[in-house]
Amino acid sequence: MTKDDPILTPRDTDIADAELHARLMRTWTSPPGLWAAIATVDHKVIARRYIATAFVFLILGGILALAMRLQLSRPEARYISPDRYNQIFTMHGTNMMFLFAVPVMEAMAVYLVPLMVGTRNIAFPRLNAFSYWMFLGGGLLLWLSFALDTAPDVGWFAYVPLSGPEYGPGKRADLWAQMITFTEIAALAVAVEIVVTVFKQRAPGMSLDRVPVLVWAMLVMAFLVIFAMPAIMFASSTLILDRLVGTQFYNPAKGGDALLWQHLFWFFGHPEVYIIFLPAVGMVSTILPTFVRRPLFGYMLLVGALIATGILSFGLWVHHMFVTGLPRVGESFFTASSMAIALPAGAQIFCWLATIWAGKPVFRVPFLFVLGFIVTFVLGGLTGVMVASLPFDTQVHDTYFVVAHFHYVLVGGAVFPLLGAVYYWFPKMTGRMMSERLGKLSFWLIFAGFHLTFFPMHILGLIGMPRRIYTYQPELPWAGLNLFVSLSSLVLAAGFLVFFIDVVRSRRSGLPAGRNPWGASTLEWATASPPPAYNFAHIPVVFSREPLWDEKDALPVTSGLRTDRRELLVTSLAAAIPQARESVPEDSLWPFFAALATSAMLIGSIFTPWAVVWGAFPMAVTLIGWFWPKGTKEEMS
Amino acid sequence: MKEQAVLDVSRLPLHGMGAASPTWWGTAAFMLIEGSGFALAVAVYFYLMSLAETWPIDAPAPDLAPGTWLTAILVASVVPNMLISRWAKRRQLRRVQIGLVIMTLLGIAPLAFRVYEFPALHVWWDDNAYGSITWTILGLHTTHILTDLVDTVVLTCLMFTRHADNPRRYGDVQDNAMYWNFVVLTWLPLYVCLYWVPRL
Amino acid sequence: MRSKLNLRAGGLLLALPLCGCNGTQSALHAEGQAATALKGLILLIVLVCALVWIAVVGVLFWALLRRRTEFAAGNKIHDHRLRLAVYSALAATAIIVAGLTVASFYATRALYSSHPPDVIVQAKAQQWWWQFTYADSENRPLFQTANELHIPVGKDVLITLEALDVIHSLWIPALAGKQDMIPGRRNEQRLHAERQGIYRGQCAEFCGIQHSHMALVVVAEDEDDYAAWLAEQQKPAADPITAEAEAGRAVFLGKPCAACHTIRGTAAKGSTGPDLTHIGSRQTLGAGLLPVTRGSLAAWIADPQTLKPGNNMPLVPLSSDEVRQVSAYLEGLR
Repeated sequence: MTKDDPILTPRDTDIADAELHARLMRTWTSPPGLWAAIATVDHKVIARRYIATAFVFLILGGILALAMRLQLSRPEARYISPDRYNQIFTMHGTNMMFLFAVPVMEAMAVYLVPLMVGTRNIAFPRLNAFSYWMFLGGGLLLWLSFALDTAPDVGWFAYVPLSGPEYGPGKRADLWAQMITFTEIAALAVAVEIVVTVFKQRAPGMSLDRVPVLVWAMLVMAFLVIFAMPAIMFASSTLILDRLVGTQFYNPAKGGDALLWQHLFWFFGHPEVYIIFLPAVGMVSTILPTFVRRPLFGYMLLVGALIATGILSFGLWVHHMFVTGLPRVGESFFTASSMAIALPAGAQIFCWLATIWAGKPVFRVPFLFVLGFIVTFVLGGLTGVMVASLPFDTQVHDTYFVVAHFHYVLVGGAVFPLLGAVYYWFPKMTGRMMSERLGKLSFWLIFAGFHLTFFPMHILGLIGMPRRIYTYQPELPWAGLNLFVSLSSLVLAAGFLVFFIDVVRSRRSGLPAGRNPWGASTLEWATASPPPAYNFAHIPVVFSREPLWDEKDALPVTSGLRTDRRELLVTSLAAAIPQARESVPEDSLWPFFAALATSAMLIGSIFTPWAVVWGAFPMAVTLIGWFWPKGTKEEMS
Repeated sequence: MKEQAVLDVSRLPLHGMGAASPTWWGTAAFMLIEGSGFALAVAVYFYLMSLAETWPIDAPAPDLAPGTWLTAILVASVVPNMLISRWAKRRQLRRVQIGLVIMTLLGIAPLAFRVYEFPALHVWWDDNAYGSITWTILGLHTTHILTDLVDTVVLTCLMFTRHADNPRRYGDVQDNAMYWNFVVLTWLPLYVCLYWVPRL
Repeated sequence: MRSKLNLRAGGLLLALPLCGCNGTQSALHAEGQAATALKGLILLIVLVCALVWIAVVGVLFWALLRRRTEFAAGNKIHDHRLRLAVYSALAATAIIVAGLTVASFYATRALYSSHPPDVIVQAKAQQWWWQFTYADSENRPLFQTANELHIPVGKDVLITLEALDVIHSLWIPALAGKQDMIPGRRNEQRLHAERQGIYRGQCAEFCGIQHSHMALVVVAEDEDDYAAWLAEQQKPAADPITAEAEAGRAVFLGKPCAACHTIRGTAAKGSTGPDLTHIGSRQTLGAGLLPVTRGSLAAWIADPQTLKPGNNMPLVPLSSDEVRQVSAYLEGLR
């Protein structure tokens, strides 16, 4: 077995902290400059970019929502033309799902998972860089099409035949379908990185039963991405084929089927909800123990519930198709399976309640968002039980009741925890605290604004208001509630405004945070805030589930890694026993070029199938450049 | 926070082979993604079949010859593929080089037959849904043969350079061999689907 | 017992301001057999879920605000009690969810009647209106109408559902839940009105630019009125009685109108637009957009694209006199 000479190679043993820091920085930091910034493979830098970009998309999507509320604030309003309105609601859904919710959750994983498992970078860091550029490309594609008034107008679900060759003229539906490909490539890449980071790069001693719940949640989410996203890629690609080269997948006259699209879409679409929600469960399970000052109650039950939710989520998709006229026996099965998911969801809630009950709550902003989450998400979960009932669903399907339901689940269930997570980890990411005062103001505005905006929508749905209508007639009894909802949405928007002001202000002038401002228990708080490029001067060794609570005197660490090249530890899958001192790739521009080549091919193939052929050559060149060894220290073994 | 060194890792190897290497897991994860893709394609095939009154739609069953020859070549290629993997594990450079040249040829050969598989379907992709799904399945699998072929060619070149004699490269060779096995293995259900299901 | 609970919950919901008071398009204003069964189920599930939510939030507040005298982390007895509480709550969840599933199954059974229907109507949805074809007892088509269904009270009406272009969904909440209309597939919907009245419905599946204006009205009337309506509708169009209407007919037949619309008894035999033989007898125009009056007819003919942007009726250039004449003619087609 090849070994480097222990005498000649510089190591991290027996040198002063300052000297070690200087040496590791030399090895791990990217040089200044634009090209170096593009070439960086530091998971923290890429994750911060990812998060910031996703929040920009949240703002843009929020502005679209306000535009829709303006149009619906009174009957037969003419602020927005029907065509533009259809683009707007399509953009809002597509943007929030594919450009905000999924990417932001994955980006949080990209930032937090390596730190929480005690490693120095994410697995396949260049793939990670590539993923960000693809995500950015997909976002730009969608928003440029909106700016040019040719945005998709077929809904975020793009049902055929409305999105098919006959009824969806122009390139609008193609832009939607290809944007899917961009974002799914990005999402799948991150999923692979998370799985491998969690499986192989955990700190020594972090056996599977000591893995933080957030990391478990991200792992299950990554597997959901791996199994669910191929379905939407298959669907969107076949839609493009139908539109571009005349395949007949969705044409009933030629043996195709309109419902095939719905099956494929929802086979992805339902797990998608859990792709967004499970990371939020992880965030709540991490934030909550910190603010009630005791370990999470029912770790095993919670992890079991995460896995059970993940598996069950693939057996529910037909409840989105209850009124399509599928055979009744099958539909009854899906009612039962949809109801069954209440059990793991219940288990999570009860574990959190038990943790609070047995703990000593400290009411800081992140904890407020967690409490807001519980109150809101339970309501959204219960309306989920309602729409899981087939007969109930025949009255509320495609109405504002459903709009209310999934905003309770996605905003209450995922965005509240996410905002809590931003307040919680902002000190780690920037080294500065956010404001408690502005935080509380923003929480109460968002919490109140959210309920005032979305609760009345349940009633609107029950009294007959369908979704996706750009206006309604004055004789219908919906005008008052709609105006109320529109005004309330301003409160919600004000809450977000305060949040963003707080982010900008705190980034510049927040109080210094120190390593562990909340007195939390997980490994990311063992290093400086913000963490140095190399994350940990020495890789920690883990003996319990709450290392920073249980190791009060000194953090046990490893020694013996080289300082002159990027080295980290690879450990075994179950018990995290060290297996190798693996080196990881240096910065590179190739992922960026590969993303450019891939984007060119994908965009070209909206217009001609031959783009796939000629586009493959630049892609091959960039990929070879990416993987071809350069003879650096990192490649020695 | 104070640190206390409790574990010396300086004696660990610099690179893990097989399941001890992150690359192996990465390759496995991508196989899982693509495997889901193939499984979906097969599911769509059967879904469309269940809706059609006759299957194949307005076409005879595909000719067996090209697809069966291709299957035979793919299955046969598994033997040298496994051998390469073993040589790479033992770091026998010369054998690995020869094996990779052979695998390059065995990657090109199926493509020659694939060209004849499309007309053997006796249906165009835009004739009907049957044509669409069969062309798509063939196209999807062809992409996999092609990408692995490119990968093999690049790796073959690499193994004749100064970067060759390195555990990392041998790991790449093993992962590439594993991926080729995946390409062969996923073809078998597709072959049954495309050629034998219409004959039921 | 249950009906009492329903009543109370129903009162709660109705007490909210701005509830569907005119009730024409509301799941809570049930006037059909299916809708009544659904309303019962809706109120039951809403009530149970409301209680669960109150319980969970109550426990949350209790957990947050309780006095912590005996607080001790890692206390074994303590943890044991907590575990018991969590598992009991889980068991309760399972029981509630199973109960609601069973209630759901029973409600589903009530929705689908198996005995032969009294009336069969064929519905064909298209961008952005509804075409209805009534047939006789041997299933031979009698006549076509648009955007307005008439059904006899207390009878089982079977609507066969087809879509001619994209997916639509027929939803008349006061009578029944919705059912999709999918190209290449055939679905069914049963309506059984329990009381006379006019019920509004609307397309519930996004179907393009004018999805918002794809409504219909259902007139549930007693047996005699229904029979009279059937008889009227089968007649060919009435001849104009005024000179203005007479001129209007000439304009209608001379201009492109007749290429898309049918008026039985005249040369107008187009089939892409709604059948106008008895347009004057209908409640609404443009699929629930406007009430049928002479003024609204004139406005619609003069500029359909402003009233319903993107709809498939082109602007046919007519002089203001011609618009007046055509609207007079159409209004007379009762």
